[in-house]
Amino acid sequence: MLEIVDLKKSYVDPDGNRISIIDMPRLCISEGEQVVLRGESGGGKTTLLHLISGIVGADSGSIKLDGMELTKFSETGRDRIRAAKMGYVFQTFNLLPAFTALENVKLGMTFARKKMNLERAKELIERVGLSDRMHYLPSQMSVGQQQRVAVARALANKPRLLLADEPTANVDPSNQDRIIELIQEVCREDNVAILMVTHSDEISSRFRRVERLELLNRPKAAP
Amino acid sequence: MNLFSIAVRNLLYRKLPTALTILSMALGVALVVVVLTISGVVEKTFERTSNVGYNLIVGAKGSSIQLTFNTVFFLSRPVENVKYSYYMEYLPGNGRQQEIARIGGVVDEPERDGKYSKYMRGGFAIPLCMGDYVGPFRCVGTTPDYFNELRHGEDLPYAFTQGRNFVDYSDEHGYFEAVIGSQVAAEMKLGIGSEIFASHGAAGGVAHDEAFHVVGILAPTGTPNDRGAFVNIEGFFLLAGHVAPDRDEQSGIEKPGTAVAPERESVLSKVRLPIEKREVTAILIKPSGMNAIQLERQVNKTLFAQAVSPISEINGLLGFFVKPIKWALLALTSMVCVVSAISILVSIYNSMSERKRDIAVMRALGASRDHITYIILIESILIALIGGGIGWVAGHAVGPIANPWTELATGVRIHFLDIQSWQEGLIIPGLIVIGILAGLIPSMSAYRTPVAQSL
Repeated sequence: MLEIVDLKKSYVDPDGNRISIIDMPRLCISEGEQVVLRGESGGGKTTLLHLISGIVGADSGSIKLDGMELTKFSETGRDRIRAAKMGYVFQTFNLLPAFTALENVKLGMTFARKKMNLERAKELIERVGLSDRMHYLPSQMSVGQQQRVAVARALANKPRLLLADEPTANVDPSNQDRIIELIQEVCREDNVAILMVTHSDEISSRFRRVERLELLNRPKAAP
Repeated sequence: MNLFSIAVRNLLYRKLPTALTILSMALGVALVVVVLTISGVVEKTFERTSNVGYNLIVGAKGSSIQLTFNTVFFLSRPVENVKYSYYMEYLPGNGRQQEIARIGGVVDEPERDGKYSKYMRGGFAIPLCMGDYVGPFRCVGTTPDYFNELRHGEDLPYAFTQGRNFVDYSDEHGYFEAVIGSQVAAEMKLGIGSEIFASHGAAGGVAHDEAFHVVGILAPTGTPNDRGAFVNIEGFFLLAGHVAPDRDEQSGIEKPGTAVAPERESVLSKVRLPIEKREVTAILIKPSGMNAIQLERQVNKTLFAQAVSPISEINGLLGFFVKPIKWALLALTSMVCVVSAISILVSIYNSMSERKRDIAVMRALGASRDHITYIILIESILIALIGGGIGWVAGHAVGPIANPWTELATGVRIHFLDIQSWQEGLIIPGLIVIGILAGLIPSMSAYRTPVAQSL
């Protein structure tokens, strides 16, 4: 479902040196597979998620999603694919403060150029256990509730792949389990693959497949 | 949910800055609408006034603007007088002979037609005597034809809210009947049967002994006639000091003791002032067909009289003074709109830094750069349009609120939906342009928001 081959990404540091951050020979994720990605801070985990989602372009290499070569698409094309086929849960909750829980979920559908499905948005809110908070603004919800809305929003367009960047980093321990459980359960039901970045051993232990970026990646100073 | 509703929610979320920006735009547009309304009323007033039902004003040589101002607007001082016999030269057909027979007096070549009568077929000439006041208002000596022949506004005949037009002679009041304008009646609290006394020379001057009896009150016309007291010219001539003296033909110097009115037994006496003792300030002329230009040219060749076209003078005045002032005011108020546009720009631009994260999140959810640009542009256009709409309503509300004053002063009643000027049609497209321009820089900033760094 997701196939990465010889993916490379480098940055130019303030001193003008080119720093290679991603140099990944191969990474494959099957349909509905749930994978955890671990690694050092600053090791390129978030960059990898940005590359897969098309938020940033790769220097070279291939990223295939359902057989589609994402690196061949323009930025607008990648935006479209991201909206239609991927969900994204951020480390911080990143709900839009002007919109209610339900509207934040609907927002996920707005940019996918699909017909707005209000029933699905409501159903997702119910599935994350917030049917009584549907019309609450983010500022009126707890941190855990906000992250549950973020999960619902990421799944709004029935994505093929959910990218989650330390989704419980800012959530208290009692809520961590519930959120991870929720993500895994909903994705399992909808057959959505997960690539989740985390530092937590406890979260990692919930996943069958755990990858370490250091082993997948072989970054070095670019020539 | 669509881009429009996202933009609306963003605006609602930042209520205070949005409201203040809308207010500044509303103020700018309200000022533009008020300026357009006021200038529209001024132009309308000029148009109404210039549509007087006559083509030319003839008076003594001098300033054409002074002659127009004095005759049409009752402003400025009267220019010198011309002889009544000169007025008679304009009477159509055998009007000159009829006038000699009616009034009597010494006239050269009494049997001939008026010199300009050939230009006057089917037209009219109405004499005006000015220089006196009734209270603060102008007193105008004229004939009943003033209200019978002339028109005002859009070719409307004069109407009376009370009473009737004065007549040449009535058994009740002799030559001493008067018609007063609506404002004169209202401000001086005069009605039918009231007596008015003309004062000589200036407002507050010495009043004549003879009273004129008010027999009619004009319906409001929105013209300077609302502020006039119109008296029978025959009675006007009989007032002390209104008798023209004999003059030396060479030097023009007055012969002492010759400005004497005829003996009259009572105010009801039918004795009139003879023609040679009469002078008029102005003559309102409507020549036949296309003769106005030719007649104007002929009259202006003479040494002592001039003919002016009031419409040309008024249009000249409009073109030289009123319209430039209007454009200057419009330019000033448009600057207010530009300042409002800049405030939209500043307001949205300032919000960009705090919205970087929101924009990045929307991008991560699949919004393209174009989506973000459209959302920002919709926000700025909405602020401009809502502010403009409120300003338009507020600007138009000023008219009906000010109606009690404007109607009294100009006769123009402004309705809420009255569009006084075609320039108002530019407001909506102008607002959209302002909205786009104001949103351009913030939307460019939003367009360039680096998603990865902002998440």
